[in-house]
Amino acid sequence: MSEIRYENFFPIEGGTFVNAGDVSSRIKSILKNLGIGSEVVRRAAIIAYESEINIVSYALRGNIRLSVTPDAVCIEAKDEGPGIPDIELAMQEGFSTATPMVREMGFGAGMGLSNIKKFSDSLEITSEVGQGTHVKTRINMAEAG
Amino acid sequence: MTLAEIRDILDAEVLVGSDELGKEVKTAFSADLMSDVLAFAKPGSLLLTGLTNPQVVRTSDILDIAAIILVRGKVPPAETVRLAQELKIPILRTRYILFETSGRLHEKGIVGCIEKVGGDRVDVGNKI
Ligand SMILES: Nc1ncnc2c1ncn2[C@@H]1O[C@H](COP(=O)(O)OP(=O)(O)OP(=O)(O)O)[C@@H](O)[C@H]1O
Ligand SMILES: [Mg+2]
Repeated sequence: MSEIRYENFFPIEGGTFVNAGDVSSRIKSILKNLGIGSEVVRRAAIIAYESEINIVSYALRGNIRLSVTPDAVCIEAKDEGPGIPDIELAMQEGFSTATPMVREMGFGAGMGLSNIKKFSDSLEITSEVGQGTHVKTRINMAEAG
Repeated sequence: MTLAEIRDILDAEVLVGSDELGKEVKTAFSADLMSDVLAFAKPGSLLLTGLTNPQVVRTSDILDIAAIILVRGKVPPAETVRLAQELKIPILRTRYILFETSGRLHEKGIVGCIEKVGGDRVDVGNKI
């Protein structure tokens, strides 16, 4: 168990793009200010943003938990919403149930979850239909630079 | 190449960032789908797009995009311009279509931030 250097929860409203991405921009600048390496900051920002857009797009409400230890940055997105009936299918590139509103904003290509996987060192998704979804990721701190 | 040179090549109007025209860029990515931008764009690149909603600016902020080039003469909504001012991301607007915009920049030496999927370009030394 390594000590927590930073921890915070950021609430996200579902169903509207009005503030979509705001939390992820904040997470990015918090990590920058903590002096985390730019590659880790970038990966964390992308993961947070994909998670935030998914909450906005599919859930009623949710939050992102950001935690930083000396070894890792963890981003956890938890929401109340419809859940994902088939996680393996949802993980496939190109699978999407995005509505026209989501597509109009430039999303809904079915790349988000695989992008989260690509930019994280570990990914765990649990979901209960009719309840919500929990996406847990970890990025290991780069050795140097 | 500087943003000022890019403005001239594209006969573009600077909507945001007229004080940042000295910024240097070497690479670009073109897409109308933010999902693809998130998956493939690299920091310090230009984003060429026909999409004008505020998510274009958000996505650019997350990815450290150097500047947004709106193609096909698209006029962005006021919220998009406001967010770009707040996040200090330059926006240029050109009447050229995406194909012409990409071609004209490529001809003058701007290259794709990746050449093809699965094949990263060797580092061209982009600064964030
Ligand atoms: N938090 C969530 N709650 C309910 N369903 C979700 C959630 N996140 C993802 N999904 C489901 O998984 C599918 C795939 O998600 P993913 O993020 O990979 O792609 P997308 O959101 O459809 O498009 P993109 O992320 O490329 O814009 C979604 O279309 C949706 O059906
Ligand atoms: Mg998504």
